[in-house]
Amino acid sequence: MGKRINYALAAHPSFQARWSLALNPAMAYGPGMRPLSIVPAVDPAILKDLVACPSCDTLHRLPDAGMNQRARCVRCHRVLINPRDSAMTKIVMMALTATILMIAAIAFPFLSLQSHGLSQRSSIIDVIEAFSEGMMLPLSFAVAALIVVLPMMRLAAIMYVLAPMSFGWAPAKGAMTAFRLAEALKPWAMAEVFIVGVAVAVVKVSGLAHLSMGPAFWAFAALVLVTVWNDTFMCRLTIWRTLESRAARR
Amino acid sequence: MANAGIPRRAPLTARAAGLVACHECGRVHPLGFTTCLRCGAALSSRDPFSLQKVWAWWLVGLMVYIPANLYPMLVTTSLGKTSENTLLGGVIELVHIGSYGVAGIVFFASIMIPIGKMFAIPYLAIKVARPDSRSAHLRHWLFEVVEFIGRWSMVDVFVVAILSSLVQLGGVVSIKPGFAALCFALSVAFTMLAAISFDSRLIWDADKGNAE
Repeated sequence: MGKRINYALAAHPSFQARWSLALNPAMAYGPGMRPLSIVPAVDPAILKDLVACPSCDTLHRLPDAGMNQRARCVRCHRVLINPRDSAMTKIVMMALTATILMIAAIAFPFLSLQSHGLSQRSSIIDVIEAFSEGMMLPLSFAVAALIVVLPMMRLAAIMYVLAPMSFGWAPAKGAMTAFRLAEALKPWAMAEVFIVGVAVAVVKVSGLAHLSMGPAFWAFAALVLVTVWNDTFMCRLTIWRTLESRAARR
Repeated sequence: MANAGIPRRAPLTARAAGLVACHECGRVHPLGFTTCLRCGAALSSRDPFSLQKVWAWWLVGLMVYIPANLYPMLVTTSLGKTSENTLLGGVIELVHIGSYGVAGIVFFASIMIPIGKMFAIPYLAIKVARPDSRSAHLRHWLFEVVEFIGRWSMVDVFVVAILSSLVQLGGVVSIKPGFAALCFALSVAFTMLAAISFDSRLIWDADKGNAE
């Protein structure tokens, strides 16, 4: 745990007074008008140094937390910024590892079952096809999306955004959209939930037949560990700010 | 307390300062901006339709949750005999096998979490309209739990998919998915959407410190 740093602005009455003068929206624009560039009398540099907590809207001066230190929102305690050493390179490497593991997990059988001289092997593709009969078909697409397509899309988007950044290059075209997509996909990429499902299924069948794990199971388990570890390195705010400053340089 | 004597004021929010914050990247803009200058996301100080969306997703989630519990999740055919297992039936079966740990996980993921969410989401939505600032921290915690834990309910859908792909041993025993699997998956997805639609900044808008 890093040290907690407080950067709340509430205690600065001078700030409030100045702000309400400079930024009175009624003064700045009429109803329905959309500002084109920069609002008069506001130095955009000041706004760049501010961050609002995404969870509770509290304004903070941007905490320049040191490496491996985390700064939390003073009100709701959400982590605002948590930069790590060479995080971009690590994230790209782990996303690449996860992609390779994902391909292995799809290609090999992940469970096999023997009972009464009969045997059955099952791969991820078979699991996806489990619901392919009749009106359950949409569920097949959903399962495919949740355990294969969306996690892969998320990994691809992360690599697309961060690989050029880890080399110190300018962000790729559409990097902003790609990173927004990666963030939006986060709750829907359910590879780790699937692994727990496999464990439960193994217990349910164990009384019925003999089960053995295939290579894909271990690939998938490793994939989950890598993904979870990867997410601990992701500091959204740091990535957004780096993207912004590099894009401006281009 | 360190600052005893000074009445605690609510921290200054972006909205109170005449700014609109990007929900995605935290960048602040003067009120009136509609897209974020940093990340291009749509800006709104508070999502005006947040609660409407929450209630709508919650309601459809509840509607499909009922058949998810009544219809069978699994249809097992063993030596010509067919038996059906509902959501709760699957847990009871695990208890009979004697694996209490796994039974606990499944009970938690497929019974406790969905029911808890069905109560937690309307509680959060109602409390926005009738706020009291004392419970803000508790409600924020509740929201984070609901948002984080919702996806884990999908476990049961995956179990059904794995079992029905694996246990296909001709006439000896075979397992097919039941209609409840579809309903349950939809219910989980809809309540996840309800949680995502909820604008957590609404929880804090009533927080005025403890000036009273």
